Amino acid sequence: MNELIIYLYQIAFSLGLFILISLGLAIIFGMMGVINLAQGEFIMLGAYFCLFSMQAGFPFWASVILASLGVGVFGIIVERLLIRFLYGRIMDTLLATWGLSLFMVGLVTTVFGPSEAGVEAQLGKIWFGDYSIATYNLVLILLAFVMLGLTYCLWRFTKFGLIVRGTMQNPKMSAAMGINTKRYYMLTFGLGSALTGFAGAMIAPIVGNQPTMGVFYVAKAFITVISGGQLPLLGTFIASTIFGITDGIISFASTQVVGEICVLLVAILLLRLLPKGITGRFKRGF
Amino acid sequence: MSLLMNRRKFFHTATGALVMASSASVLKAAGADGEPIRIANILDRTGGLNIYSLKQIQAVSMAVEEINAAGGLLGRPIELVFYDSQSNNQMNSQYMTQALVRDKAAAVFAGVTSSSREVMRPIAKKFRGLLFYNSMYEGGVCDKRHVCVAQVPAQQLAPLVPAVVESYGKKAFIIGADYVYPHTTAKWIQKYTREAGGEDIGVEFFPLDVSNFGPVISRIQAAKPDVVWSVLVGSANNAFYRQYESTVGKANIPLASCMFGIGREQVYMSADEAAGIMNTTPFHDDLPTDKAQEFVRNFKAYSGEDDYVGDYAEYGYRGVNIWANAVKKAGDPNPDAVIAALDGVQFDSPGGMVTIDGQTNHAVMDIHRVITNRNQSWDHIETYSQIQPLDTQAVCDLNANPNDNKQYFLEL
Amino acid sequence: MNPTNWFEESHSKMPKLWWWILVGIFIIGGLILPMFTEIDVHLDMSIIFIFALLSLSMGFLWGYGGMLSFGQTIFFGLGGYTYAIWALNFQETTFGLILAVCVPLLVSCGLGYFMIYGRISNIYFTVTTLVTTIVLEKAVRATSDDRFVIGSVRLKGQNGISSVPDLQIPWNPDETLFLTGVYYVTFVALFLTYIGLRMLLITHFGRVLVSIRENENRTELLGYDTRRYKLGAFVISGGIAGLAGALYGIWGNFVAPEMMNLNSAANIVMYVIVGGKSTLIGPILGTAVVQRVTTELGMAGVGQVTLYLGLMLIIFVMVFPRGILPTLGTLTFITFHKIKNYYKNNFDKGDKRG
Repeated sequence: MNELIIYLYQIAFSLGLFILISLGLAIIFGMMGVINLAQGEFIMLGAYFCLFSMQAGFPFWASVILASLGVGVFGIIVERLLIRFLYGRIMDTLLATWGLSLFMVGLVTTVFGPSEAGVEAQLGKIWFGDYSIATYNLVLILLAFVMLGLTYCLWRFTKFGLIVRGTMQNPKMSAAMGINTKRYYMLTFGLGSALTGFAGAMIAPIVGNQPTMGVFYVAKAFITVISGGQLPLLGTFIASTIFGITDGIISFASTQVVGEICVLLVAILLLRLLPKGITGRFKRGF
Repeated sequence: MSLLMNRRKFFHTATGALVMASSASVLKAAGADGEPIRIANILDRTGGLNIYSLKQIQAVSMAVEEINAAGGLLGRPIELVFYDSQSNNQMNSQYMTQALVRDKAAAVFAGVTSSSREVMRPIAKKFRGLLFYNSMYEGGVCDKRHVCVAQVPAQQLAPLVPAVVESYGKKAFIIGADYVYPHTTAKWIQKYTREAGGEDIGVEFFPLDVSNFGPVISRIQAAKPDVVWSVLVGSANNAFYRQYESTVGKANIPLASCMFGIGREQVYMSADEAAGIMNTTPFHDDLPTDKAQEFVRNFKAYSGEDDYVGDYAEYGYRGVNIWANAVKKAGDPNPDAVIAALDGVQFDSPGGMVTIDGQTNHAVMDIHRVITNRNQSWDHIETYSQIQPLDTQAVCDLNANPNDNKQYFLEL
Repeated sequence: MNPTNWFEESHSKMPKLWWWILVGIFIIGGLILPMFTEIDVHLDMSIIFIFALLSLSMGFLWGYGGMLSFGQTIFFGLGGYTYAIWALNFQETTFGLILAVCVPLLVSCGLGYFMIYGRISNIYFTVTTLVTTIVLEKAVRATSDDRFVIGSVRLKGQNGISSVPDLQIPWNPDETLFLTGVYYVTFVALFLTYIGLRMLLITHFGRVLVSIRENENRTELLGYDTRRYKLGAFVISGGIAGLAGALYGIWGNFVAPEMMNLNSAANIVMYVIVGGKSTLIGPILGTAVVQRVTTELGMAGVGQVTLYLGLMLIIFVMVFPRGILPTLGTLTFITFHKIKNYYKNNFDKGDKRG
């Protein structure tokens, strides 16, 4: 029984992690067709902002919010300086953001050194017989779903969400109706970045801060978004579930490496069977 | 970090490499003049592996400075050429060749990873050079042109494992990074644990980029060991210590590690996460000897940095000094002459007396057992004197086979 | 003639005389260079040739086949490992080198069939190649345990395989090729491949390939089975990448999983972007430029090299999206025609001013 709980926990944690790291990227990709290969570095930035604000004296949860806002602002700056010149050129954005990621890693290493003190968010443990789970991890899973839910609400129930959806479906029509599409692209990129920053801040207490921490997540976020297809929320959720289940079960039953490789192979298989992603054929939804 | 220079000057040779030499006035005052002896230092100042190299780079140059200030080597100044291999093995190939062919370095102090050493050894053989590998590794290299002044697994673990079994208990669960060194180390831990009457109930390996250890921590809890050994390496793997503390806690199942600290990991973690891990090392900052404390003071003054110095810095320092003593014994900086003179060369290093064992070109040294404390440093427990590099001695005899050129792997 | 791609159009025809002369000069230059330089220069140049070969395979596939592949490193790694394992097991390198090209050819056939006949294209194609190279790298890195042995050769996972034998001279196996010999082999491989690809572009196959790149639908409607041509291009570039991999193993006497990782894959893409994907010379030039810059920066000690590389990549994508060579080409064209028009207007005998 306890083992079953642990299996479920591993799956949920893996799933939550996939959702967290991919949500921001999915919104940006779904909206503007931009693949931000610097996603990993935005995560890293979120972790560092969280660290700095804690060093400045703010408590952990306030730092998480500050980190999200900080990375959101950074995202808007990046969009203004770099991304907006490359809309429609999907390959070029891929490559330019790869350059951005190299630049960010180099910059952070130069300024802050190769490692940094970590942040702590000790919330205690929960015991199930012989097993224990860090309470923080459970909170992370919960917050991942909360973020997904909040984004859904934003999409569905607010004017902002309505305009964003409209612009996604048909940018020219939206522009013809008087929407300043450029402004909404910028805001969407900012929102996506803020979500990514949130992910980074949440991950920081678990893995610690170093300039290269993002590299481990970019491939996972990338395949989740691409496999998900054109609908950011639904696609990310379904893809994350598939990968989370695969990773959670196999990593616990076998080794981590086998788990990771299986996730990647499943991704390739999905792309082969559904060449436009899981939600590629969906006409409606988000 | 910055390489401070006050009495040195930096200049670029035609090769574009960074060359450091003590300024002329200092050399004159010390009585070191004449044709300089050139040595090269190839380490990763940038890239993911630089956490191991940064302090060693400074230690090497500090050692050179000190020797020059004391009159040089055989009355001649030492000139140091530095190459940044950028954690890229391809650069190691190129720079090693350049150091031997163009700079005609009398000795090259290089390499942190085993794969970098294995790339550079054949080049040392091709061009009849001398490679000082100042880093911990899995042991077994039998090559007269290679010298290792750092500890090898048998040296480190023979004192540590029995102490761990005695302190914590008989059942050990071992996890390590997935490359050759931790695999070899894990085998030694298993061997010594069994010899001490214990048993290893699980062994698992993780790639260097894994940072989510949730599944294995659950498996550890299911297996209920008395102690968990960590042979994990690198910044991503360090996440393990955080996750372990937040899930299991060292108070429930203690941790031992032969790797923790070589990347100065304890500096980046909270006291809860880092305290209480037992290890053995040839040097640590709180070693209660005069030589050790003097080295720490001098290094901090030289580098201008106040944080934990560590054993990798000390390896660089002892490497240069052992080479210098070998040159003095041989009377000639030429690599072949130095190689012939290596057996028995000694240096009273900050970590204790180090002697080169001519049979293997590895070092006999003092090993210190330590445990991490809550101040980002180590508490000294005890010192084991003059431990031999038994694992390499079992497979290598350069006296009998001077042209041996292989790395041997022990069947354990 | 069009200012922006006059040299691209010319690729579908037999090269003009000036091309042959330039190529001849470079070949002769490359062959006599070793006499005037030291051994470590030969080493530096050989690695540039090897990566240029790899970039050429990627640039050909992208620039003329229209497929952006992050996966050339798959075949680079396969080629290197095949050569290493064969040569260490059998102490024989000539067949090892041939095998090191054949294995990647086979694998690229299989992988290409899976992707191209599965109608995976564009960004999804790129992602699949990217994921495959990462999977292969992770799988090879996990072979550190001593039970992972092929023949008598231990794979040693992350550490890679060292002491990979030097290339033997086929008719005299006791003699092996040392540093300068490796230089010649890599140089010959590079220029033969370059000329080979250049000639390939003139053939029927080459011209259909370019038309697929321009508009796949239209080519299909004209009756060509585009999948066959795309697969052919993928296989050819896989073979070239495999050759580069084997040469890499010969160059440094080691092979390692880092040959196949995300970083290496992206570096190749960067070389091609910098040099320009619309020519065959572009990737070669891009490799030389970026490799040189990386090596010099490493020696000059300016700090984190990735910072500068990242900046360079951003600038190239934004300002010179077509790379150095096409931009230079366009500038040359414009300048040349300006001069021509100037002379025509001012000094022509048929003066129309009067």
